[in-house]
Amino acid sequence: MIELEGLTKRFGEKVAVDHLTFSVRPGIVTGFLGPNGAGKSTTMRMILGLDRPTAGDVRIDGTHYDRLKDPLTYLGALLDAKAVHGGRSAYNHLLCLAQSNGIPASRVAQVLETVGLTAVARKKAKGFSLGMGQRLGIAGALLGDPRILMFDEPVNGLDPEGIHWIRNLMKSLAAQGRTVFVSSHLMSEMALTADHLVVIGQGRLLADTSMADFIRANSRSYVRIRCPQRERLRDVLHQAGITVVEAGGGALEVEGGKAEQIGELAARYGLVLHELSPQQASLEEAFMQLTAEAVEYHAQAGPEPAPRDWGAGWKEA
Amino acid sequence: MAAVRAIRSEWTKIRSVASTVWTLSLAVVVTVAVGTLLSALSNSQFDNMPARERLSFDPTVISFAGMTLGQLAMIVFGVLVVSNEYSTGMIRVSLAAVPQRGTFLFSKVAVAAALALAVGLVTSFAAFFLGQAMLGPHRAGIGDPGVLRAVFGGGLYMTLIAMFSMGVAAMLRSPMLSLGILMPFFFLISNILGNVDATKKIGRFLPDQAGNRIMQVVPRVGDDTPYGPWAGLGIMALWVIAALTGGYLLLKRRDAQ
Repeated sequence: MIELEGLTKRFGEKVAVDHLTFSVRPGIVTGFLGPNGAGKSTTMRMILGLDRPTAGDVRIDGTHYDRLKDPLTYLGALLDAKAVHGGRSAYNHLLCLAQSNGIPASRVAQVLETVGLTAVARKKAKGFSLGMGQRLGIAGALLGDPRILMFDEPVNGLDPEGIHWIRNLMKSLAAQGRTVFVSSHLMSEMALTADHLVVIGQGRLLADTSMADFIRANSRSYVRIRCPQRERLRDVLHQAGITVVEAGGGALEVEGGKAEQIGELAARYGLVLHELSPQQASLEEAFMQLTAEAVEYHAQAGPEPAPRDWGAGWKEA
Repeated sequence: MAAVRAIRSEWTKIRSVASTVWTLSLAVVVTVAVGTLLSALSNSQFDNMPARERLSFDPTVISFAGMTLGQLAMIVFGVLVVSNEYSTGMIRVSLAAVPQRGTFLFSKVAVAAALALAVGLVTSFAAFFLGQAMLGPHRAGIGDPGVLRAVFGGGLYMTLIAMFSMGVAAMLRSPMLSLGILMPFFFLISNILGNVDATKKIGRFLPDQAGNRIMQVVPRVGDDTPYGPWAGLGIMALWVIAALTGGYLLLKRRDAQ
């Protein structure tokens, strides 16, 4: 259990984290979502006591992180896969962490096996790919067999097979009753792994909800219609009790999945349809809308990017 | 025992990187080689020296002549031990494992200082015996008054130089910045300040100027240094304490970047 209460971090004038209050519960994967620069990493660093909060408080199982005896056995974290001395071997990197927390050296070989780095255990970390570095970081998080795990953007740099592996790992850790807190800037990634969702933007809490509720509230389905006899179609639909809204570009939109009904009506009245397409608003769009006002680094104003397929995001990650 | 665990961890860290081996071997090789060479040279040129220099000839100091250069390798060792944590980002992992920042820093300093002391003593004894072997008739014996103190002192001096560098690196975090300040300071600036008449009175209280007094056996003619060998080493130790205290306070206060 991680509990944040009014957690705030200011860097000079800039507010990185603004009165965050939420808890991360055991037994589920909690996704920590926000655009780049939203304050996710700063929040995680404060949880570990690396950054001092300007105000507020964060507790691990009721205690401050720096009061935990052998903290790696309570909370394992992957913050930055590159935070390794490149000249040190994977084995020695994990060994020095294990020794500092009284973890037996035999556990090092175990976690190397778990993440699939046994073959390169004696190799220097500077020769590692980003994906291997990520696995080494995860090995470090698992080292103390902690009840709480925290991963900052763990799928970054992993290949599809690695992404699949980390998703299953997080789910199985949660299934064992552990607290799993994982950050991402990709809604699509979270939708596949997280049971609960905490969304922040510009350091402020935007949503703290179960994944199921978020999907229910945000996955809107509608039908898009283009018709040369627009006014005639509107009247027909209106008579049938169907609400139509203008959707720009000469298109009309109808809430819900009524494509068949609309097609039949159009045929009955001899109307020409150029388009009749059922649409599904993606969670990515819902997330973009939620954080739209809170996005700090807007891209240059320009043509809207083409709408992306559901789940397309992780392929690029 | 959190401290014992942190010390074991720091020992693993220090023995598992190449920079430890090459900085410390460089310190030994440079100090001993230059000391031996200058001792041989002094022996062959002894009769050409002015009478004044012959009178205050200190064979022990001559055999430690390589320390001016060798200490630079010790500085690099001390700086890298601490600043490696920052330049690699390892500090975030280290402090997540040992969140008590004092325990973290002083375990690291203790391990590195113990290693520097072992290497420093080996260097000092090797430089002394090889140097004296080269000095022929002008040599000093280890049993002569003050000589054993000077040879042990040489090892302590190298340890304190490394520890001072650790403190500075803990304050500055960047290896380049730390080396960029410490190397020219100890190689040039401190020597100039300690030997130019105008600045001598202040200059001789600088860490290396005060500390290297411990290696002198025969006082220089007209020497008016207001402290003895152990007091000199004490002054150097005060500098070390100040640097480490500064490093600790900043580490405690700052976010771990």
